[in-house]
Amino acid sequence: MSLADLHNLTLVQLTRQLREKQVSAVETAQHFLTRAQAHPDLGTFVAIDAEATLAQARAADARLAQGNTGALEGVPLAHKDIFVTRDFASTAGSRMLEGYRSPFDATVVRRLAEQGAVTLGKLNCDEFAMGSANENSAIAPVGSDTPTPVKNPWDLSRVPGGSSGGSAAAVAARLTPAATGTDTGGSIRQPASFCGITGIKPTYGRASRYGMIAFASSLDQAGPMARTAEDCALLLSHICGPDPDRDSTSLDAPAEDFSRQLNDSIEGLRIGVPNEFFGDGLTPDVRAAIDASLHEYEKLGARLVPISLPRTELSIPVYYIIAPAEASSNLSRFDGVKFGHRAKDYGDLLDMYKKTRAQGFGDEVKRRIMIGAYVLSHGYYDAYYLQAQKIRRMIADDFQSAFAQCDVIAGPAAPSVAWKIGDKSDDPVANYLADIYTLPASLAGLPGMCLPAGFGAGGMPVGLQLIGNYLGEAKLLNAAHRFQQATDFHLQKPQGF
Amino acid sequence: MSLSPTDISRIAHLARLELQPAESERLLSQLNGFFDIVEKMRAVDTTGVEPLAHPYATVQDVALRLRDDLVTEANQREANQRSAPAVERGLFLVPKVIE
Repeated sequence: MSLADLHNLTLVQLTRQLREKQVSAVETAQHFLTRAQAHPDLGTFVAIDAEATLAQARAADARLAQGNTGALEGVPLAHKDIFVTRDFASTAGSRMLEGYRSPFDATVVRRLAEQGAVTLGKLNCDEFAMGSANENSAIAPVGSDTPTPVKNPWDLSRVPGGSSGGSAAAVAARLTPAATGTDTGGSIRQPASFCGITGIKPTYGRASRYGMIAFASSLDQAGPMARTAEDCALLLSHICGPDPDRDSTSLDAPAEDFSRQLNDSIEGLRIGVPNEFFGDGLTPDVRAAIDASLHEYEKLGARLVPISLPRTELSIPVYYIIAPAEASSNLSRFDGVKFGHRAKDYGDLLDMYKKTRAQGFGDEVKRRIMIGAYVLSHGYYDAYYLQAQKIRRMIADDFQSAFAQCDVIAGPAAPSVAWKIGDKSDDPVANYLADIYTLPASLAGLPGMCLPAGFGAGGMPVGLQLIGNYLGEAKLLNAAHRFQQATDFHLQKPQGF
Repeated sequence: MSLSPTDISRIAHLARLELQPAESERLLSQLNGFFDIVEKMRAVDTTGVEPLAHPYATVQDVALRLRDDLVTEANQREANQRSAPAVERGLFLVPKVIE
């Protein structure tokens, strides 16, 4: 292995090279910083600070020299800019937080740093994680003076998906070995599908939300995005774990070694295939790739079981009531007083609030705040918010009935491959409808992942979504790893990277 | 159900958002487009169904945790106010609210 090839190693391979001192943390960090800066056209990074990164890398090298190493010692990672970090600005893709410096690190960032991970920088995302195409960021990426949509490395005229679009594009282009993402309604799984990488969102409550800039608190979950299931397992093992003093919804479930079952046989694994995930909206190219990957699972000894998730379509209105309601409440903290943007000219306090928020928030965020404020307002709460929460339980119960017949559920992560930049940007409802396959597991709080499963129209990647039962992450990763041992879709890389 | 321009200005006030006329108009049509897809949800019979707040409560009771009421943080006033738009002598400045 030569230094120039470092970016072609998986995270697990890189960890080994660092531990065996084949390469230093500083050399590794420099290599990836150079790559990140060589590809400003993708618009993935919104913050890079070589000095801060190299200081972390030097500290990792010192620990490596002493043999006092964490599980990720010296490995570079980049964080979605929704996690607050002390060393880098934290913007959530919003003008409201341009240049904001957090006095603390998010728990997920801290946990990874405690294992020796080195932060390369912060990655672009949709404003406050609201979007499915990463066209809603208001922050200019590194190397640009103006905000630009993140590009998909497989075709620069297409979107990378969202909201963790910067994370997915940076991993696919091998600008970082792996990245953090967050998933509220599919924001890890859908961009992973669009960019041909692997990503997992754990059971709601397993990863601490402390220091993740809040969008919808009953849905937001952090997770890793990398090239392989093996890499995701290693990272997830160090992301998850109780955070009882910092996150009141954190589960008591102890941290686990999610790599322990990776190589188990999947002979006899029952894979539930929901017929609602294969309806009219699914494009034929995606369907063909998903069918072929399900057939591959049969060859590996799994058994396909037809199941039904009858309220799949309802998950769209239910999600787009609950998430905006929680967002309108969470985003009320942005008032121009304690942090963030404040309008320059204003009259009284109310006028300051209104002008500050009008200037600081982008269109999609305003739309969701408006929807949320409306469905929570007097006289509408029962008809919308409470009704949505009741159907949310019915959707979660449907999954429990399905899991009586199967061990994991499989289907597409998105109805199509990545679309062209601008194609849906004027039509918010079209964006919402495209989330149909990821929303049900989000509402139920189930772990879900996406892995490369072939290519569709325009040679664009197609992702297979796997959904597990509560706390079933190890089984999902096992099923994904076995698939990746038998296929090479995850090894393909976009031209020019 | 259809929202009116009055609804839009009422919601914008609740949400503390100043909207330009063109923006209000666009939001009116976009929100009405959105509420069209919500109609199906309103027709579902949910009699006797408990609302689900913490999704893990699907399989197990989840009690919201309270931590002990103890001081656990050191004073970090300066760090915490570093990103504030207007600060003087350790206080956040706002326009006059009491005459």
